[in-house]
Amino acid sequence: MTGPLLSVQNLRIEATSYPPGEPPRNVVLVEGVSFDLQKGRVLGLIGESGAGKSTIGLSAMAYGRGGVRLTGGRIMLNGRDIRTASAAGLRTLRGHEVTYVAQSAAAAFNPAKKLMEQVVEASLSHRLMTRVEAETRAVDLFRQLGLPNPETIGSRYPHQVSGGQLQRVMTAMALCPKPDLVVFDEPTTALDVTTQIDVLAAIKRAIRETGVAALYITHDLAVVAQVADDIMVLRHGKTVEYGTTDQIINAPVQDYTRALVSVRSKDHPEKPATGTPVLTVDGVTARYPGLALDVLKNVTVSLEAGHTLAVVGESGSGKSTLARAITGLLPPLKGRMTFAGRQLSNGVAGRTKDDLRELQMIYQMADVAMNPRQTVATIIGRPLEFYFGLKGAARDKRVAELLDAIEMGKGFADRYPAELSGGQKQRVCIARALAAKPKLIICDEVTSALDPLVAEGILKLLLDLQAREGVAYLFITHDLATVRAIADSIAVMYRGQVVRYGPKTDVLEPPFDDYTDLLLSSVPEMRLGWLEETLAHRKMESAGN
Amino acid sequence: MKLHPVANLLVQRIALGLLLLLAVSVLIFAGTQLLPGDVAQAILGQSATPQALANLREQLGLNDPAHVRYFRWLGGVLQGDLGKALSNGQDIASAMGGRLWNTMFLAFWAAVISVPLAIMLGLIAVRYQGRWPDKVISAVTLSTISLPEFVVGYIAMFLLAVKYRVFTSVSMVYDGMSFGDRIHAIALPVLVLVLVVLAHMMRMTRAAILNVMQSAYVETAELKGLRPFTIIARHAFPNAIAPIVNVVMLNLAYLVVGVVVVEVVFVYPGMGQFLVDHVAKRDIPVVQACGLVFAAVYIGLNMLADVISILSNPRLRHPK
Amino acid sequence: MRRIPLSALIGMAVTGAFFLAAILAPVIAPYGMAEIAGDVWEPMSSKFWLGTDAIGRDLLTRMIYGGRTTIWIATLATILAFSLGSILGFTAAVMGGWLDQILSRLNDLIMAIPSLIFALVVLTVMPVTTTTLILVMGFLDSTRVFRLSRAVAVDITVMDYVEAARLRGEGWGWIIFREILPNALSPLVAELGLRFIFAVLFISTLSFLGLGVQPPLADWGGIVKENKEGLVYGIPAALVPAVAIAALAISVNLVADWVLNRTTSLKGGRG
Repeated sequence: MTGPLLSVQNLRIEATSYPPGEPPRNVVLVEGVSFDLQKGRVLGLIGESGAGKSTIGLSAMAYGRGGVRLTGGRIMLNGRDIRTASAAGLRTLRGHEVTYVAQSAAAAFNPAKKLMEQVVEASLSHRLMTRVEAETRAVDLFRQLGLPNPETIGSRYPHQVSGGQLQRVMTAMALCPKPDLVVFDEPTTALDVTTQIDVLAAIKRAIRETGVAALYITHDLAVVAQVADDIMVLRHGKTVEYGTTDQIINAPVQDYTRALVSVRSKDHPEKPATGTPVLTVDGVTARYPGLALDVLKNVTVSLEAGHTLAVVGESGSGKSTLARAITGLLPPLKGRMTFAGRQLSNGVAGRTKDDLRELQMIYQMADVAMNPRQTVATIIGRPLEFYFGLKGAARDKRVAELLDAIEMGKGFADRYPAELSGGQKQRVCIARALAAKPKLIICDEVTSALDPLVAEGILKLLLDLQAREGVAYLFITHDLATVRAIADSIAVMYRGQVVRYGPKTDVLEPPFDDYTDLLLSSVPEMRLGWLEETLAHRKMESAGN
Repeated sequence: MKLHPVANLLVQRIALGLLLLLAVSVLIFAGTQLLPGDVAQAILGQSATPQALANLREQLGLNDPAHVRYFRWLGGVLQGDLGKALSNGQDIASAMGGRLWNTMFLAFWAAVISVPLAIMLGLIAVRYQGRWPDKVISAVTLSTISLPEFVVGYIAMFLLAVKYRVFTSVSMVYDGMSFGDRIHAIALPVLVLVLVVLAHMMRMTRAAILNVMQSAYVETAELKGLRPFTIIARHAFPNAIAPIVNVVMLNLAYLVVGVVVVEVVFVYPGMGQFLVDHVAKRDIPVVQACGLVFAAVYIGLNMLADVISILSNPRLRHPK
Repeated sequence: MRRIPLSALIGMAVTGAFFLAAILAPVIAPYGMAEIAGDVWEPMSSKFWLGTDAIGRDLLTRMIYGGRTTIWIATLATILAFSLGSILGFTAAVMGGWLDQILSRLNDLIMAIPSLIFALVVLTVMPVTTTTLILVMGFLDSTRVFRLSRAVAVDITVMDYVEAARLRGEGWGWIIFREILPNALSPLVAELGLRFIFAVLFISTLSFLGLGVQPPLADWGGIVKENKEGLVYGIPAALVPAVAIAALAISVNLVADWVLNRTTSLKGGRG
């Protein structure tokens, strides 16, 4: 058989949306998308949320999630049009010719069945091999994917293994029936960056060794550049640019692609030290009530007025807990904090109105940080009223000024949060913090939930405001590109401790401690061959030791 | 000795259930003894002479402090002595025995019919979600939920016993009755109980199954190209057991209330009728005893639901 | 303006009609409530639209007054249940700690006894008056409201916007009334409908058992009881109040369903 393994022509995908109180409406999710995938090749589908990349990926299995309909075009797999295939015909191809790796392996595994049973299930139900053959193959795949105890891990239940391991087991499950094509749907997005690199390497090796073709879906261009042969950039359900990985990364044609490629390379020059700290945290230790474990261990950092301190770490490192300790939501067991030259009371209840006013906070999920029943004017106006007693026209005037400051304009004053985009919501939260005329704003992963270009806009706004208002930021993030773009000094946290702390240039320059080295080298870079170089470098180092 | 975490949890749950039952006994006792309103007055009526009231209080031991009376009562209950009825001096435990059995018989058949039926209808409603079988089932169950039990009872009686004389309108049972006759006699009350419980149970079963069917692992199974039957049997069902059992137990508790009313409608000699009769007679020892038995059954069912959902939870059965 | 579905409109119309009839009972009822106007169990006629009852009173008149009693008691019991349940529920959720523990455990304890059984136990010693009935029903039902409003409020208190208000230094009043309540209102309004239906069914059942509203007053459950003997002779007088109870319950249910759907669609789902 010649010709491509998968050929998608002029694909159109629709769904019915049910806006509250209005009649149902048809929405076009994907329109006019075409691509070919040859045997053994990897195509990366990339785009921001809502670009239709997962929807296109699942269409390779002729599957529409929750009422999504494949309404037009041709999807040819191994020379057959699968878009119009019968339910029985689809059953013979799903789990045999095409398999799927989901973003959240934890949810995608049946909690009541052992892993091995689920890994070999498709191979057995399609009568591709005997149980013994399938289990032998599964164990081989477990070994190939670098899972610990490959012989016995199959007898465990999903909740008994870690997230990174589960993602590898899911990859083994997809590869077990020897498919022609695997759809990887954001397989490393939910993982920490130091786990991501290993899973990514394991997936890449498995793809190469089994010779399977793959659709690799992700929002992270740097990740897909490591595994894909070709890349298709999608936006609003349409193709923006489609070419080889080399061309997309090194010679992008479209403005949107160019913006995506350059978004992570911003660097912010470090401000000179002034010597007047706005916040000092001295030997703070904290634990959650009822848990016999210190989530913060003897943390000492300080932040100068008008500067930005980035607190970096992976999930569970204690970086958000540090924010809770500073805001007074989780009073520390030991240690002391000063703020604007005053001793800071441990709990919220003991703080003065000025303490509360001058220390503001912005959250990761702007969606839940704003009361959905309040208008933008109320959300921004309340701190003005509460702290400064502004009312009526004076308040409205100040709200309009603040809306200008966040580049939105006073037309937004009467809108509800649900009527704003993700970036606009985060801007309103910034305005609410600014309204209090703070000296310090704690930013807790404020750009993590946003698409890269929107996030870049928010960072730029924060920098502009800092230059104009002289406000300091305590910036909590797991993303090192963001750190480079905004920080003056950095604290790296690991298991509740600050393992490295100092001015940005010092922290990011060698010699490193082991953890910072691991963390920094695990962040995917926007160039071809980064993954191999890093792995080779690590191998060399461990051989040298 | 270190117990398996499941055993540990089970012991905890059962202990908690017993503790709850003890607390309930206090509440029931307090409800009849401490509320405003004098028991002796309640029994004898407004026209009683002060002398008669004093005598009765003495006779009932009402002059002792409340906690003394409670422990006396509890001590009796624990030894199977539920006290004597005020109205006729009969021993409550022996009077209750036969009636408890009658009620169990009624509730047993109602449960045997309604549980599989509810699960089946729930599955059908999910299978045809949003289409006419689902809508018909929803509409019918919504109407039955909106009717009090006694209304369902009288409608059934009017149609099946009066208009078309299939069953008798009064469910007479007596000792030495043949099994077939007994079943025929309770057919109508069982039908009514089934209707009442079915509606609640089916709606909740539907929601529970729907929840499981929308989970990511069912999608995974679908993307493995498994047959719909295999998906339901192998992936949906094991995870739906706990929520369904919970729903079933929760709704069997409706039986406890439904039975009281249905027994009155069909003049069936069971616990419910017994309780209602003695509330009207203000026969406090009997009411206390009946209340305790009903609450015990109710708590027992909830405890059983807890136990089953613990046993069917893989996270608890296979700890890390 | 949002479009209201037909089922909700019908529900509102029927519910409205019942409440109107209850309020205007003395004006619209053709006879006096206790007036013996005809023969025993007369069939429906132009003189007696619904026929007469077991002792010859006009059934339509009895129904209108009965509805007044049923709706009155159910409404007051629901109001009591809601005020008590939601205030305690919100307080428990916002305050947390030992207060929450005490209130929640106490609530579990009362809910461990089926409402009807608990009511029967209490009514054995209490004088059965309208006030007692309202108090007992309202109190027992408040446990259900407590559980719901606490759960709803707990879900909201963990939201970042409530945390933001706390960090701003807002007092309990602002947090409960401005941050939590507006977001808890829709599920609570839907629950209000369900609790009202439950109260109607509850008082009807009690009266049917002879332990609710006492003569000379009558409610729908009591009218069923008065006329149940007729059923055996094929006289459907007892079914008329039954139909009324069902109609009221279903129509309130339709409205509650709509309110609930509107709430869930506000939160938005997938697609």
